[in-house]
Amino acid sequence: MAEIVPLADAVRELVHDGDVVALEGFTHLIPHAAGHELIRQERRELTLVRMTPDVIYDQLIGMGCARKLVFSWGGNPGVGSLHRLRDAVEHDWPAPLELEEHSHAGMAAAYAAGAAKLPFGIVRGYEGTNLAERTRVAWITCPFTGEQVAAVPAIRPDVGIVHAQQADEAGNVQLWGISGIQKEVVLGSSRSIVTVEEIVPRLEPRANAVFLPAWTITAVAVAPGGAHPSYAHGYYDRDNAFYVRWHEISRDRDRFREWMQRHVLEPEAAAV
Amino acid sequence: MTQLETVTYTADEMMAVAAARRLRNGTVCFVGIGLPSRAANLARATHAPDCVLIYESGAIGAKPAHLPLSIGDGELAETADAVVSVPEIFSYWLQGGWIDVGFLGAAQIDAQGNLNSTVIGDYARPKVRLPGAGGAPEIAAWCRETFVMLRQTPRAFVERLDFLTSVGRPRGSGGSGVTCVVTDLGVLEPDRQTGELVFTELHPDASVDEAHEATGWELRVAPDLRLGRPPTAEELQALRALKPANQDTVG
Repeated sequence: MAEIVPLADAVRELVHDGDVVALEGFTHLIPHAAGHELIRQERRELTLVRMTPDVIYDQLIGMGCARKLVFSWGGNPGVGSLHRLRDAVEHDWPAPLELEEHSHAGMAAAYAAGAAKLPFGIVRGYEGTNLAERTRVAWITCPFTGEQVAAVPAIRPDVGIVHAQQADEAGNVQLWGISGIQKEVVLGSSRSIVTVEEIVPRLEPRANAVFLPAWTITAVAVAPGGAHPSYAHGYYDRDNAFYVRWHEISRDRDRFREWMQRHVLEPEAAAV
Repeated sequence: MTQLETVTYTADEMMAVAAARRLRNGTVCFVGIGLPSRAANLARATHAPDCVLIYESGAIGAKPAHLPLSIGDGELAETADAVVSVPEIFSYWLQGGWIDVGFLGAAQIDAQGNLNSTVIGDYARPKVRLPGAGGAPEIAAWCRETFVMLRQTPRAFVERLDFLTSVGRPRGSGGSGVTCVVTDLGVLEPDRQTGELVFTELHPDASVDEAHEATGWELRVAPDLRLGRPPTAEELQALRALKPANQDTVG
């Protein structure tokens, strides 16, 4: 049953060094505030899982939190490279980063299998690509039709972290808009943290919204603006200008460190 | 005639126009960010108002008034006919075979239409680490056809890819693979027998010599090479009216 706790407490209790941690949100509702808390608490040796590592993963990697990255597309959408990710892969800075990469379809199938507690997901893909040699994939034959399909091992993180618009006082969560892979991550993880824009007395049921009952969540934490520079549908827009600026901030190691010091490590300025 | 007739246009604008013209009204497109998004939205604003735009964030039938910066900008969700989850968009809609045209870009392409968006150099010690596959392998395999948009340079049009991220001519899938490559110099299409990409259309202001120089393999030019039409005033006007999504908010 979800406990409503301060974000720092949730991270301290539920995320340990060496854990497999997935922070999800497909462009929308990316849990930046929670990622910043991981950085402030200096988590190390994490296996970070995320379909589209973008700015928050660039920050986690650049601050030395990650040992391994499991992903399917790592870039700054519409802008270009993630410089901290590239620096880690190309120059081992600040530490070497092991990669396990998938296609989106493969990774989505792996998350869905994790939520369903199946050992693997099935995707009709990877064939003929070099990715097949670089990822965890095996070819299996359909027992009914004989068709060959790709099996991808289920993703079951130690901790799944997502951001949502609202929770009620009992810790039930509702999110809407582009819902990405958040439901699968929460249901497929051993422990979960959901940050929310606000706690409301009563969740107003919305058709087609994702509803996560309190009994599927370990901890709920209030983090208004906690997705910024990503967005929260109905609350604030995506800060596209920041994504463009990140390209320059992250390009240089010193400038990156300085920015992180000022905006993330110094707690007074934490709400970036 | 408007004064736009005499206005010059950029190579990127020519690419967007050439790709947009290939989309028919009602075509269901799987759209990425950047040039493909410009092309698909241009088609929607001109000759193909019922062109269906699907973004991999799960937005089906998106009708953005601005060009989104990311595939998940809020405007895509707000204007879509439906927003579905990520597992659903990739399994039911893409692998399910409902998409007519998938758009892809890449860092490298070879003569068979295979694409690299993963690394330049050695995988373990890359010269440039690129974003990676994203939706590309399954887009190439499961859309009925795939359009590639890529500026033509010897670094991009290579004899041998550093990494094969998506297959140009997929076997045993529902689609025909890459059916055209729109560049800043013209259009390449696969030879029906061999699948080799052949230069079939030359943009105005470009030359066949340039195309040869910009290609890292021995480029074949179609005997019946077509000369492309320059953008019309209407096309340019519609293209320039597509403004990027707001990037002026305080960060």
